[in-house]
Amino acid sequence: MNDKRFNVLLGFAAMVVVFIFAGFLFTLVVQSLPAVKQEGAAFLYGSEWNPVTTRFGALPFIIGTLMTSAIALAIAIPLSLSAGIVMGEYVNSLWLRSVLNTLINVLASIPSVVFGLWGIEVVIPLVRSLAMSVGAPPYGAGILSASLVLAIMIIPYMSSMTREALVNVHAGLREGAYALGLTKQEVVTGIALPFAKNSIFAGILLSLGRALGETMAVTMLIGNATRIPTSLFSLGNTLASVIASQFNEAASDVHRSAMMGLALILFVITMIIGWFGRTLMRKGVGAHGE
Amino acid sequence: MKRNAVSKSLMLLTLFVLGLTSALGAQTLLGSGATFPAPAYTKMFDEYYKLTGVKVNYQAIGSSGGLKNIQDRVVDFGGTDSFIKDADFSKYPGQVVHIPTVIGAIVVTYNLPGSLKLRLTGDVVADIYLGKITKWNDKAITELNPGVKLPNLAIMPVYRSDGSGTTFNFTAYLSAVSAEWKSKVGNANSVSWPVGQGAAQNAGVAGVVKQTPGTIGYVELAYANQNNMAVAVIKNSSGNWIEPSLASTSAAAAGAFPADTRIVLVNTDAKEGYPISSLTWLVVYREQNYGNRSREQAEQLVKLLWWMIHDGQQYVTALDYAPLPAPAVKASEAIIKSITYNGQALIK
Repeated sequence: MNDKRFNVLLGFAAMVVVFIFAGFLFTLVVQSLPAVKQEGAAFLYGSEWNPVTTRFGALPFIIGTLMTSAIALAIAIPLSLSAGIVMGEYVNSLWLRSVLNTLINVLASIPSVVFGLWGIEVVIPLVRSLAMSVGAPPYGAGILSASLVLAIMIIPYMSSMTREALVNVHAGLREGAYALGLTKQEVVTGIALPFAKNSIFAGILLSLGRALGETMAVTMLIGNATRIPTSLFSLGNTLASVIASQFNEAASDVHRSAMMGLALILFVITMIIGWFGRTLMRKGVGAHGE
Repeated sequence: MKRNAVSKSLMLLTLFVLGLTSALGAQTLLGSGATFPAPAYTKMFDEYYKLTGVKVNYQAIGSSGGLKNIQDRVVDFGGTDSFIKDADFSKYPGQVVHIPTVIGAIVVTYNLPGSLKLRLTGDVVADIYLGKITKWNDKAITELNPGVKLPNLAIMPVYRSDGSGTTFNFTAYLSAVSAEWKSKVGNANSVSWPVGQGAAQNAGVAGVVKQTPGTIGYVELAYANQNNMAVAVIKNSSGNWIEPSLASTSAAAAGAFPADTRIVLVNTDAKEGYPISSLTWLVVYREQNYGNRSREQAEQLVKLLWWMIHDGQQYVTALDYAPLPAPAVKASEAIIKSITYNGQALIK
């Protein structure tokens, strides 16, 4: 009986999650309908976003979102994996480990507005001088600045998940490998990394999710221009940054609805990436067994 | 020792009860809306509380949020930087009236090497934001500024990325002075900017302009003053060059004032008026008996409005807002007097 009650309770809690998800999706779909009806498929591929003429095409923001996240990942992956491997495999001193852990946790818990401010004060002037040296318009803000700060924001997640993944690799495997006379490097690349691969990949996906949806810091650094970015130094906008910028003072009901549409697109992109990641991981499981 | 503790707790209890009753007795008025006048409102409401014990809670959530809240009748008043258009009145469940509170000026600010003082016309500003004038030493700018050595530097326009009353009034001005701006870009809280970079809030625009040589931007006068930024002298519709100041901003509203106070101040025809000035309003229902409102609540609201356009005005200049000139105060008095509860005027 007690068991049964526990099951009911668990089932109910699980249903709440499903219900929240469904309600969320439902709200987004219903609220974005007016804009989607007006624009049709052009809502996805249109490149004009004009609250005055109420034309709403989300393409510049979709590209801006994917571009900043992809660049951020490209920067963050090598750095985080190396950091994770160092912390998981090479640092033996407990004291040093805890210092590194604390540093990473602190980095992960810095509010994004602080990253944004730091980006304005430090990253933008650097990128500006870089832009001037290559003859690009010296805005400083733009895709590159936003991506750099995004990368720094996701490194703590990615590196600590990499470390966790490596630490969780069965000690027996390692011992066996050493017993067979493998070197440290061979153990790391041949045993630990392949076995931790899936969890590391999950960490990357989680970080990508954070990058796609990051709002505050990106809004402060990307230059907020409704144009399709064509280079690293272009100004742009992401789905999240447009919503953050324009939602409060939406000029009309269609404008508001179009921003709900942007939220829906972001939601769908995140879902697709999550699904894609899980499929890839399942394949990975087949190869190694877990 | 024990007696001491008892008397202490009794005293605490008394204090608590006193505090409770005073909290219950105090009136609270609720408003929300425009962010631009929020500092002035905060100061005014603070003074008003000291004076009367009436608490006014104002949430600076943006003009459209304020209008939405008054539409839904969840606040006593809404604040907005752009008045309600005729076509939109039908969205409100009752007749609404506008009471202007303060005037703000939007200044054109720039970052050029050396402390250059620039003169600009609305046309030139519009062409810069249209991307037609791209260099600081363009003939259109040098012609207006004889004797000023302008650098061969790219102009980088900066605008507000968030929807704002400031952008509404700035684009209203550009639409008034440039036919091309009106047809290509138009006038709204947020528009599709042909060129330039966006930054959040007045502070963001001020920050980018201060940081980046060659930029031009628009911010509230207060931000330019507080940050010691270069501001352009603008030619008004009477052909006078006007330095933005509290006096020239007040002067913009000194001309004829409509009875319903819904006036676009930009490109004013007042001779000494600064052309990019804008009013901000509180919006309330003319008939106050709606929902579960008591007559007392309605009276408190009307008293507050009356105080804001009279005694409250003394507090705004310190915060770089221009006080209402006499014609605006007069029109507002008539409107406040027309507010009723069950058809009866609340103030005479």
